[in-house]
Amino acid sequence: MALLQLIENEKIRETVNGKRVITKKPELLAPAGSLEKLKVAVHYGADAVFIGGQEFGLRSNANNFTIEEMREGVEFAKKYGAVVYVTTNIFAHNENMVGLEEYLQDIEDAGVRGIIVADPLIIETCRRVAPKLEIHLSTQQSLSNWKAVKYWKQEGLHRVVLAREVGAEEMRKMKEEVDIEIEAFVHGAMCIAYSGRCVLSNHMTARDSNRGGCCQSCRWDYDLYEAVDGEEKALFNEGDAPFAMSPKDLKLIESIPHMIELGIDSLKVEGRMKSIHYIATVISVYRKVIDAYCADPENFKIKKEWLEELDRCANRATASSFFEGEPSFEQQMFGTHATKLKWDFAGLVLDYNQETQIVTLQQRNYFKQGDTVEFFGPDIESFKMEVGQIWDEKDNEIEVANHPLQIVKFKVDRPLFQYNMMRKENK
Amino acid sequence: MKKPELLVTPKSIPHIEELIKAGADAFVIGEQQFGLRLAGEFTVSQVEEATKLIHEAGKKVYVAVNALFHNDRLQALDEYLKEMQRIGVDALIFGDPAVVVSVRELGITIPLHWNPETIATNWFQANYWGERGAKRAVLARELSLDEVLEIKEHAKPEIEVQVHGMTCMFQSKRSLLGNYFLYRGEVMEIENRKENKNMFLHDKERKNKYPIYEDLNGTHIFSPNDMCLIDELTELFEAGIDSLKFDGVLQTEEYIVTVTNCYRQAIDAYFDQGEDAYDDLKNELLEQIEKIQPKLRPLDTGFIFKETVY
Repeated sequence: MALLQLIENEKIRETVNGKRVITKKPELLAPAGSLEKLKVAVHYGADAVFIGGQEFGLRSNANNFTIEEMREGVEFAKKYGAVVYVTTNIFAHNENMVGLEEYLQDIEDAGVRGIIVADPLIIETCRRVAPKLEIHLSTQQSLSNWKAVKYWKQEGLHRVVLAREVGAEEMRKMKEEVDIEIEAFVHGAMCIAYSGRCVLSNHMTARDSNRGGCCQSCRWDYDLYEAVDGEEKALFNEGDAPFAMSPKDLKLIESIPHMIELGIDSLKVEGRMKSIHYIATVISVYRKVIDAYCADPENFKIKKEWLEELDRCANRATASSFFEGEPSFEQQMFGTHATKLKWDFAGLVLDYNQETQIVTLQQRNYFKQGDTVEFFGPDIESFKMEVGQIWDEKDNEIEVANHPLQIVKFKVDRPLFQYNMMRKENK
Repeated sequence: MKKPELLVTPKSIPHIEELIKAGADAFVIGEQQFGLRLAGEFTVSQVEEATKLIHEAGKKVYVAVNALFHNDRLQALDEYLKEMQRIGVDALIFGDPAVVVSVRELGITIPLHWNPETIATNWFQANYWGERGAKRAVLARELSLDEVLEIKEHAKPEIEVQVHGMTCMFQSKRSLLGNYFLYRGEVMEIENRKENKNMFLHDKERKNKYPIYEDLNGTHIFSPNDMCLIDELTELFEAGIDSLKFDGVLQTEEYIVTVTNCYRQAIDAYFDQGEDAYDDLKNELLEQIEKIQPKLRPLDTGFIFKETVY
């Protein structure tokens, strides 16, 4: 698909040291399904993270935060100048109203910046009992036009998250017509339905999709038939791929300059269920692209290595769906589903001793002496090396690191830092 | 006690005349550019004609403007709303807050019915939209009877509940049928089937069949069963639910007329003659409906007696 025309936006530019640079940088917003993921996201360059609490959020399977963990997450983020939002985006049933007020007050008290919310019940309750929290409208409201954006502005909301179905020119018009912060998805898995308007899960598995029970029935295979005079007739032949409505994952890395010029306020990466490796990889690449473009928009070019880096944690095909126009069949998956990851996350750096050049690492996947591994992180240039001798916590030499979360040590001749990660090529 | 309104979905102007005779109190009409999943298409001039006919019979007409709008349809929406004001329809059914903004800006005085389908799940929201101009809230079909009754107890606007027909369980903006045929390289199939509403997805594991079609608003997928509460209306009657809707999308005109008449009889029996009369009649009415029920559409009671978890 041809790239849409990118129009330079004077409102976001200033001259600094004789050079035109972009001073209105969008927020890079990362998902965090746990405290560890929050720390990784912030450390790898997120300006903000969104997390789930134990109630009122979707993703009931995610390892959600207690209030104490939220407090710790907020404190950690603060050291980096980052902020935390909590998703409270269910559509409540009557029974879910219980405990809402205390919960919102606890979130406010924990120092959270704002909540992401779909149900007016939670919007109005928050305004009444926890007025310091910013209120962001969730994508569950499928906000698709500028007049609806105006409605939520009139209702006093701080920010709106757009429907995944909104394209670039529609975003431009929204920004022109309404003065409100706009958040848009840039990366991750997507609903193929308008969010909030799908209850496949309710019908097929009696799990309420709009209260966190979604079982992703849209990603199953179906057979297409037609009814002719009450009789069923198959609309497929033997060997045809079944009917599917599985979207490729969203990836707008190459559209980031365009989104910055549109004045989008927050660029959101989806995936509270994803691993720390995924979060670190995706966030670090988007961080680099945003910073590089804003520092020198004239000479900006997407580097091949950034794209390759993103691919290392992708287990599904990707597409730019809707931002650049109505997606066709090429933005969906038929027949095949997940592909194997090219690289496995193998270890998390806990410590590095400059004098002895010994790294202390928490094992996250099987590796052994002689394996080729790659280290990466926000404070180092990625490099590859071959693993030599490995020792366990008690300094016994081991051939393989095969216990999950095992603490191991080995020699690395370049400096490493806490939260750097080690990955291993998947052969 | 006040009789609930019997709200139905006609497919054409002559169909409206038949449905008036069959006992319908109110009608939902409109066109797909503004309304979602309508049983029939009515142009503006047909809406005008239908409104005259319906008003002469002392009945009500509601026009659906409940699409999820994108920028490109907002201007046409405003023109449409002005036409509806001129025609004098009895209500506008909306889901997108853009309609609230337009109605305010244009000074439209037609009452609003809030119907965002799946997300109308609690009484607080009903009252919230009530304060912003909604005279009625149309409840999600994924609620249990207890939830419906509790909402009615706490809600200030009128409450409308679907009692019969299929329900939408999925709307995508994407052209999912078209994309499937394109993927298979069968471009002609798309042309041939553009207007067809006889396709369904077969879910082999659950042995369910889900009707599916495409229109201007994207791809729509429907429930595997038609809900039918003809013999379960007592508690809804007692609670004073204001409107009982029979959604006739994807049904024939004859079917819609017969089922409408069955619900007319049920309501009249209960309110004119008492609960016993309804109890005596309800099984016979259910049998009448079962007799004409399409082979591929089993009946059930939706989520009224079904528990969902999350």
